[in-house]
Amino acid sequence: MQLPLALYIHWPFCLAKCPYCDFNSHVRERIDQRRFAAALRRELEWEAERLGRRRLGSIFFGGGTPSLMAPETVAALIADATRLFVAPPDLEITLEANPTSVEAGRFAAFRHAGVNRVSLGVQSLDDAALRLLGREHSAAQALAALDIARRTFPRHSFDLIYARPGQDLAGWRAELRQALGIAADHLSLYQLTIEPGTGFAALHRRGAIILPDDDTGAALYDATAEEASRHGLDAYEVSNYARPGAESRHNLAYWRYADYAGIGPGAHGRVSIGNALLATRRHRAPEPWAERVERNGHGSTDEAPVSAQERGREMLLMGLRLTEGIDEDRFAARTGLSLDAAIDHDTLVRAQDAGYLLRGEGRLRATGEGRKRLDALLTALVL
Amino acid sequence: MTDTPLSRIRNFAIIAHIDHGKSTLADRLIQATGALTDREMTNQVLDNMDLERERGITIKAQTVRLAYPAQDGQTYTLNLMDTPGHVDFAYEVSRSLAACEGSLLVVDASQGVEAQTLANVYQAIDAGHEIVPVLNKVDLPAAEPERVRQQIEDVIGLDAADAVLISAKTGLNIEGVLEALVRRLPPPTGDAGAALTALLVDSWYDQYLGVVILVRIKDGRLKRGQRIRMMSSGAAHVVDQVGVFSPRMVPVDDLGPGEIGYITAAIKTVADCNVGDTLTDDRNPATTALPGFKPSVPVVWCGLYPTDSDDFEKLRDSLGKLRLNDASFHYEAETSAALGFGFRCGFLGLLHLEIIQERLSREFDLDLIATAPSVVYRVHRTNGTTEELHNPADMPDGSVIDHIDEPWIKATIMVPDEHLGAVLTLCNDRRGQQADLTYVGNRAMAVYRLPLNEVVFDFYDRLKSVSRGYASFDYQMDGYEPGELVRISIMVNGDPVDALSFIAHRSAAEARGRSICVKLKDLIPRQLFKIAVQAAIGGRVIARETIGALSKDVTAKCYGGDISRKRKLLEKQKEGKKRMRQFGKVEIPQSAFLAALKMDA
Repeated sequence: MQLPLALYIHWPFCLAKCPYCDFNSHVRERIDQRRFAAALRRELEWEAERLGRRRLGSIFFGGGTPSLMAPETVAALIADATRLFVAPPDLEITLEANPTSVEAGRFAAFRHAGVNRVSLGVQSLDDAALRLLGREHSAAQALAALDIARRTFPRHSFDLIYARPGQDLAGWRAELRQALGIAADHLSLYQLTIEPGTGFAALHRRGAIILPDDDTGAALYDATAEEASRHGLDAYEVSNYARPGAESRHNLAYWRYADYAGIGPGAHGRVSIGNALLATRRHRAPEPWAERVERNGHGSTDEAPVSAQERGREMLLMGLRLTEGIDEDRFAARTGLSLDAAIDHDTLVRAQDAGYLLRGEGRLRATGEGRKRLDALLTALVL
Repeated sequence: MTDTPLSRIRNFAIIAHIDHGKSTLADRLIQATGALTDREMTNQVLDNMDLERERGITIKAQTVRLAYPAQDGQTYTLNLMDTPGHVDFAYEVSRSLAACEGSLLVVDASQGVEAQTLANVYQAIDAGHEIVPVLNKVDLPAAEPERVRQQIEDVIGLDAADAVLISAKTGLNIEGVLEALVRRLPPPTGDAGAALTALLVDSWYDQYLGVVILVRIKDGRLKRGQRIRMMSSGAAHVVDQVGVFSPRMVPVDDLGPGEIGYITAAIKTVADCNVGDTLTDDRNPATTALPGFKPSVPVVWCGLYPTDSDDFEKLRDSLGKLRLNDASFHYEAETSAALGFGFRCGFLGLLHLEIIQERLSREFDLDLIATAPSVVYRVHRTNGTTEELHNPADMPDGSVIDHIDEPWIKATIMVPDEHLGAVLTLCNDRRGQQADLTYVGNRAMAVYRLPLNEVVFDFYDRLKSVSRGYASFDYQMDGYEPGELVRISIMVNGDPVDALSFIAHRSAAEARGRSICVKLKDLIPRQLFKIAVQAAIGGRVIARETIGALSKDVTAKCYGGDISRKRKLLEKQKEGKKRMRQFGKVEIPQSAFLAALKMDA
């Protein structure tokens, strides 16, 4: 059976650009909330028309900083989506938020709009680290925002960034234990990476920031999984930890390579139309995107069908991030390729011998050791 | 211009260690005889190439004709022959010396005799030269002319009582050198009426004139328009131009016995002009060629590969251009699984190898990888046949080898007493056999027989380091002898890496195999799977190192918006992997080869 559609809605604005972030986010003095609200709704309408009234599994408001959206806009988009698609009663609706006091003050309004899960960009519980990461909030504000989130939403999660410059194993364990103590049933724990074009990239080039080496990174990663599992949160993806059943359904759709539609500037999608799987993306710059929506009903650009081989590669690179791995039958159905036609047999055998991959019961899975080296593994494995 | 009687010609070479003042003295002689005005003088007129000037090494023989009005009232023609200054060019040196009747032996009055001087002076003595010792830099406070005079007598066995004391730098007593040349050197002999015999001293490529040949006339006359024949190859050419160096090229009508000059004859490459060959008249040829001719034979070989495989054709062109002017180096295309397309190149010695490599990078802007230098082995098969081997990859299976001969050298090393112990240890470690050990003051002179194979393997560097740079070294080839030689293969995850295999004596094989494995362990980046690096002789592994798997390599964030980018990155990486040097499933970056090979060169 086909997995339900995941709907992603992008709000491209932030109050400030964080130095580690390479997402499609923009800082503006004034934002024409009504204009962007209207454009998002119009584009959603356009996308829904070509997709037909199919089952919807989740909505995710991402950014940028979607907690800067007017709650009415969020409400209107949720209402549109549930009208245009077939929505189950337990539809997962997530909104990303920053834990500043201003945004926390609007949590009730978002809940009222229909949001039932919030994902907070806490990033650290250490004030010095928050300053280094260019965040606008303090650790105390983050804790306060978490408290409001807990009382307001049925589900919540928050993000932390570790393997920061100068961070050692003991320091991270202590911070993580504090975080686990206040976490509900889901955490996203990311190792800091330097992305091209970010503020950190320039500093890194100059040697002004030095990241922990790979061995330290590996030790931090192992310690993270160990601490999280001690608190009952299992790694279900490379950087995501949850109690069983509390996984982000929306993100699982990406990793399981289900259909997802992307609305808003720079949003990507993978949607089945007829027999084809279409890779969609929207114009990145917010204002030109809005102009296009106003003119054409959508800001889509460079849409292209994804070939069988490309589908195979994408499903492998996403699916092996998950602890559950890839269902071989679903792989064949989704890509039109048998798993064996998509991977290098010799690498598979060696990776199994090395304890990186497991194959059996109709699935191919990467072990913890395999996930830790997934990029290198994929380069060798994927044909 | 060419009717100088033989009695008023003196042909001489200058023998000196690097930095002992050969070029400066040559400049002074040119100045003192007015061959060039002060304005025309650039420092060290004779060293044309940058590389020569930088290293104080002369690669091509050069000559200059000086007119000197002597104290006896007669004007003499003095031909100064600047010889190539390194043992790699020993044969070329011997031909330059054969064009002269005498030599100036220039010794730094504070440094004394060095190993290189010694080898060259013995060559000059072998050539029958009258040798005039010249003590240079006598103006320096550290000068000890008496001690050095004694040293020349003790070490070389030359009477140095009449040594000329000079300072080439200040011009002190240059006149004394000129007078000594006139009075002490014998004039050349020869018969102008006999059939032409002219020694081909050297040749080089000039982009306007084509090949220019430096000649010394023994008998007969060499004229413009004459049809000449090279006696070794039989090739005949019509002479376009005859001339002398003043040091500028000055055309003359002809050259007679005893004279040194040049000819051009529409010859396209120096490969057609063998150093030491005899030129004769094609219509009236001499019956016997001049003695001493030997075709040049490379002694050291290595593979040269472009770092960027797109540069292969450029490398081929560049080698071709260099060969236009240097027939002594050889090249042939070869392929390596590790390094791609390149050339197997043969050189007269290690310095020659270094010079060619440096010219390729400097003049032709090529980035090269050189494999470890190999000497030329003689493999005697059990079936009675013998073959020459200079590429470890070509070594036949042990079962068909009866024995292998390797080239030996006779090395002369001069070193201050305090470093002698370390130098002797080095020589002994390299299978050296001591032939002689003498002291001159606080300097020792050790003469060792060494397998050349041990010398091409970082011997110079080790010698420099154990003697703190004070040892001087020179060598000459000294025949072939059987040796217990084995090929060491380097394997990565069981696959042999051809470019890293080498031939060594059995006694050194294990240590060297281990050292290269250790180096590769540091040079090959950790990869997805652990990697075994092994050294093996035949099927027997003699050393092994393991490179552990990389510890972590995963993108932290990967969501719906990242998928296209991630897939494209994956596709790009797969493309990149195709261009890597792959051994089985192991990628070895070129930089690792470069470093591994560099350390052994």
